Amino acid sequence: MTQGASKAPGIRQTMSDLHTWSGLLCGWLLYAMFLTGTVSYFKDEISQWMRPELQHRADRPDPAEVAQRIAGELGRVAAGSPQWSMRLPDERHATVSSFWRLPRGEGRGGRGFADATFDPVTGQKVAARETVGGEFFYRFHFQFHYMPVLWGRWLAGFCAMFMLVAIVSGVITHKKIFTDFFTFRWGKGQRSWLDAHNALSVFGLPFHLMITYTGLVTLMALYMPWGEQAAYKTPAQRQELTAELSAFIQPAKATGQAVPLAPIDAMVRQGQARWGQYNVGRVTITNPGDASARVSVTRGDAARASMSPQYLLFDGTSGELLQAKDSVGPAAETRGVMYALHLGRFGDLPMRWLYFIVSLAGTAMVGTGLVMWTVKRRQKLGDPARPHFGFRLVEKLNIASIAGLSVAMAGFLWGNRLLPLEMAGRTAWEVHVFFAFWALALLHALLRPARRAWVEQFWAAAALLALLPLASAFFTDRPLWRSLAEGDWVFAGFELMLWLLAGLHVWLAVRTSRHQPPRRKVSQAGARAALPAGVALAEERAR
Amino acid sequence: MTYAMKHMWGAAWRAGPLISRIVAAIGGGYLLAALASVAALALPMARPQAVLTGMLASFAVYTGAVIWVFAVRSAWRAWGGLLVAAVPLLLAAWSVGSVGAAP
Repeated sequence: MTQGASKAPGIRQTMSDLHTWSGLLCGWLLYAMFLTGTVSYFKDEISQWMRPELQHRADRPDPAEVAQRIAGELGRVAAGSPQWSMRLPDERHATVSSFWRLPRGEGRGGRGFADATFDPVTGQKVAARETVGGEFFYRFHFQFHYMPVLWGRWLAGFCAMFMLVAIVSGVITHKKIFTDFFTFRWGKGQRSWLDAHNALSVFGLPFHLMITYTGLVTLMALYMPWGEQAAYKTPAQRQELTAELSAFIQPAKATGQAVPLAPIDAMVRQGQARWGQYNVGRVTITNPGDASARVSVTRGDAARASMSPQYLLFDGTSGELLQAKDSVGPAAETRGVMYALHLGRFGDLPMRWLYFIVSLAGTAMVGTGLVMWTVKRRQKLGDPARPHFGFRLVEKLNIASIAGLSVAMAGFLWGNRLLPLEMAGRTAWEVHVFFAFWALALLHALLRPARRAWVEQFWAAAALLALLPLASAFFTDRPLWRSLAEGDWVFAGFELMLWLLAGLHVWLAVRTSRHQPPRRKVSQAGARAALPAGVALAEERAR
Repeated sequence: MTYAMKHMWGAAWRAGPLISRIVAAIGGGYLLAALASVAALALPMARPQAVLTGMLASFAVYTGAVIWVFAVRSAWRAWGGLLVAAVPLLLAAWSVGSVGAAP
């Protein structure tokens, strides 16, 4: 972006600068968004592991019977509520997660909600430890924490826009994108970092582009509300748009005339007949026990790559089918498909693993890009023993945001196993533990020499990850050998994966500590330092 | 004028076009994208579909605007291009009679 004295820099140079600086500005947050988003593909499995009290069960109760049973239980625990909603158990989620709107006069003027988790077979509330579960990583990846939710979402959107710009400018910069994909120069310092960054980027390019754009689409109504505001003036008009986006029904005004609910199981069976026995996602009941009761039975996420609303709407007193919503308009369907592509819930287990692996490559792409910023500039430092402030800042923040995040995420899981079960505000404390570990990592990075800090934090993360299965064995009744013996692949798979990730961190620690930074050849380095940065870069690309 | 001061003035002079481009990219790009999302209401389709089309396309417009701003030779051209692109969008937005509600 520096204006040359003789002529303006070429397009690849300006795009390279744009790529470098937009990448650096948002890189740390993007890395955290990518990594926490990546593990969120296993959100339900993380949540299961974090609630070891919920026993593994091999049998799958019939969703219609479960819905009837839980509706009966909600009639007791949530009597007087104008709206109940339950997520029926599926392959990855053995319990019924339910929430309900608090009656007027309780909570925040009719806006408060309560929630509980039920056992699908007994219908009783399950007694598990208070935990935020995998939901924390999921929420964090688009709204962060310790700040108002809307601020967090705007910040995430800002970073995602920069990501999009960095991807497009990166592609323009990288003319020989496909030939270079087959080039890899191991152990060649900056060249290796560049090749790694390129390979990771090109390999996953369609995915990275898709995941960034669709990420923006998930919150587009927040980021780009202007068309909606221009088109609709009243909430009643806006309903026309909402119906294209969401299956969630709002309670109408109650009549005050008491009429018992019609059987819920019969309604769910109609959904099963359309979508398959285990593919009913959610049942929502408004004004239960009133003459104006409505029940919506929503299609599950599996077996279709779209999040567009599909549901059956019943009269809650007669059980009559009022509406079968099974399609939306073309733009709404486009949005539904993009949303589904981002969440990846439509696929089965192999698909989920593919998402996880490619998304991890995306995380590594951001990470290697950040590291490359320092590797590239280290060679041009006047005195490498005493780098300037900007260089040191980036270097320290890289350590804390890359290696430190692994430490913090492992620390979060330790918090889940070690915090006292009876502790007040336990859920909040789990999250505080995550940030306490992250803050320690930053402090450590600031105090230690850079290379030592990288190595020590990778070792710390490896140790924290590797010892977690032992914590399960000591502090819960779900040791790894029992999970393996019972064929509980969520628990066993999770803990074996922790060891695999620990191994990855050991590899990173060993490689970093053995790494010899290339010796500066005095004459060459001196010559390079005399060149303007742009020329040196252009030379490098001209290879 | 001391050397240091000259250096500072020089740096500020050189930074001017860059700052101008950053404002054009982040602020101007967003305004253009927002305008495009309103202009989409002029598309011949049902209202909710037009609203959603505008939202879906807006991020591509934003990205294109940022790339444009840094790809062209000068900050003046960067702003000029954004303005030229804004004219038809403004006309489209105006045709649906909702310019007043646009940002």
